[in-house]
Amino acid sequence: MRRSVFPVIVVICGLMAMWYIAVVPMNIKMALTDAERSGMVVTPSGAKERRDRSAILLVAQNPFAVKATFSLERPRLPAPHQVAIELWNSTVNKKITSKRSLIFHGWITLSATLLGFAIGTGLGILLAVGIVYSRAMDMSVMPWAIASQTIPILAIAPMIIVVLNSIGVQGLLPKAIISAYLSFFPVVVGMVKGLRSPDHMQLDLLKTYSANSSQGFWKLRLPSSMPYLFASLKIGIAASLVGAIVGELPTGAVRGLGARLLSGSYYGQTIQIWSALLGAAFLAAALVAIIGLAQRITLKRMGMA
Amino acid sequence: MTLVILALFIWLAAWFLNVYLANTSASDSRWMKLLVPAIFGFTILIVWELVVRGLKVPLVILPPPSLIAETFLAKLHILWKDFVQTFVKGALSGYFIGCTAAVALAVLVERFDFLRRGLLPVGNFVAALPIIGTAPILVMWFGFDWHSKAAVVVVMVFFPILVNTVAGLGETTAMQRDLMKTYGADPWQAFIKLRLPAAMPFIFNGLKISTTLALIGAIVAEFFGSPTLGMGFRISASIGQLALDMVWAEIVVAALAGSAFYGAVAIIEKGVTFWHPSQRG
Repeated sequence: MRRSVFPVIVVICGLMAMWYIAVVPMNIKMALTDAERSGMVVTPSGAKERRDRSAILLVAQNPFAVKATFSLERPRLPAPHQVAIELWNSTVNKKITSKRSLIFHGWITLSATLLGFAIGTGLGILLAVGIVYSRAMDMSVMPWAIASQTIPILAIAPMIIVVLNSIGVQGLLPKAIISAYLSFFPVVVGMVKGLRSPDHMQLDLLKTYSANSSQGFWKLRLPSSMPYLFASLKIGIAASLVGAIVGELPTGAVRGLGARLLSGSYYGQTIQIWSALLGAAFLAAALVAIIGLAQRITLKRMGMA
Repeated sequence: MTLVILALFIWLAAWFLNVYLANTSASDSRWMKLLVPAIFGFTILIVWELVVRGLKVPLVILPPPSLIAETFLAKLHILWKDFVQTFVKGALSGYFIGCTAAVALAVLVERFDFLRRGLLPVGNFVAALPIIGTAPILVMWFGFDWHSKAAVVVVMVFFPILVNTVAGLGETTAMQRDLMKTYGADPWQAFIKLRLPAAMPFIFNGLKISTTLALIGAIVAEFFGSPTLGMGFRISASIGQLALDMVWAEIVVAALAGSAFYGAVAIIEKGVTFWHPSQRG
């Protein structure tokens, strides 16, 4: 683990460098138009002349404009520091209750994600227990649960939102239902695998102890399913977050990270899109990390790791 | 009301039939394994139909399956055009570009242990992020047509395949590599004959995960802007008109396309990794 810290840092720095380099050709045309408007000499002159020129050639002809590409107001590709400043401004420098605070929007999305994740995980575990203990349920439901993984479930998200809206359910719950739906199937599949992971020897041992089936569940099956459960929880929480974000798109929601993405794309506020995107990325990373931590602590206390 | 009670009875009857079938001695046969889930699926459709008709659920909330099937058949030409725009042009082209690029980068990276150790955690991290959020940016860059959808798909499928391929290429044991050396194989031969085949189960794992991601990416990217064509466009437009039967018809198309795509990749996998224990069972 520690061995890879340095390579990871190098790779991240390399990606950052590539990002900075890409900013110049992406924004050069816009920067040149701005420069010409403020009276500077640009070769070739006229935005129309430059439209079909290659961006790299334009950079070579107008090296003075390189600096300007990093500080445009609505760049095609904002530079990393612009995004970082926007992130800082919209998290630390704004009151949490403000409509411009990313923490405010993040919380809206996070609450839907967590509610949906809790519902989806709870139902998923229940269904998995049913599948493991009832052969009929296993044979009827399990093929559908697996097949449903190949279907783009996210496509029905807008419909769920609108339908629930039309019967008067609004706000948190519709988004949470999409989140629940997305985290449900990974948990079912992982948990079924986990509850079936004890081998015959262990099951036979419990029989020789004359353990009844509920003891078998609580003392053997449930504990040995934990590694599988945590693996699917990690997939589930990431899927939940995606579900909550996509759930904010169709109704033109005004609050939440998805709404920030959407309004940013309507008004060409690229820096806002990128900062919402990075905010969502941090949120996802934090959620997965928390589950990873819970996994490590749980498995350690159970003597499994 | 009678329809709802009828639905309840059908549900109970089908359930008892399934319990009976699942506990007979023939329940391990192949036919039974298809029959039981098929009965379950049909029962759900019948109950759905009866409950929607019995309770007179408005069409704007939940249309009955019969109406969805009717719409599906009546609007087949529209659905086909949407399918071509979203799946063939957007998802498939993006999928091929993304897969090729990811495998190529993985092969390059794998030669340098330093890069591999650096890229693997970063790739794993990025694979867990809500990448679908890049859709508005890419739509802004590549325009409303299918190119931007393909770009979203490329970004979405790239990291899962990269991570899986890099992991797979490291899968060979020291014994196997030594054997190659004793055969006097040059690095290229060792790569083609040992390490690439050994990586195939992992690569196909990534390819299978990515089939669903590709379809999701292509559909959701259309919510951010598209020509008046495509599955995502049709879904959001039909929701605006409260034509839920059309939305469901598109979902049927998406489900069929998603499972067919996955199935096709799984069949190719079966041919390529025939030697793997999981394929021989």
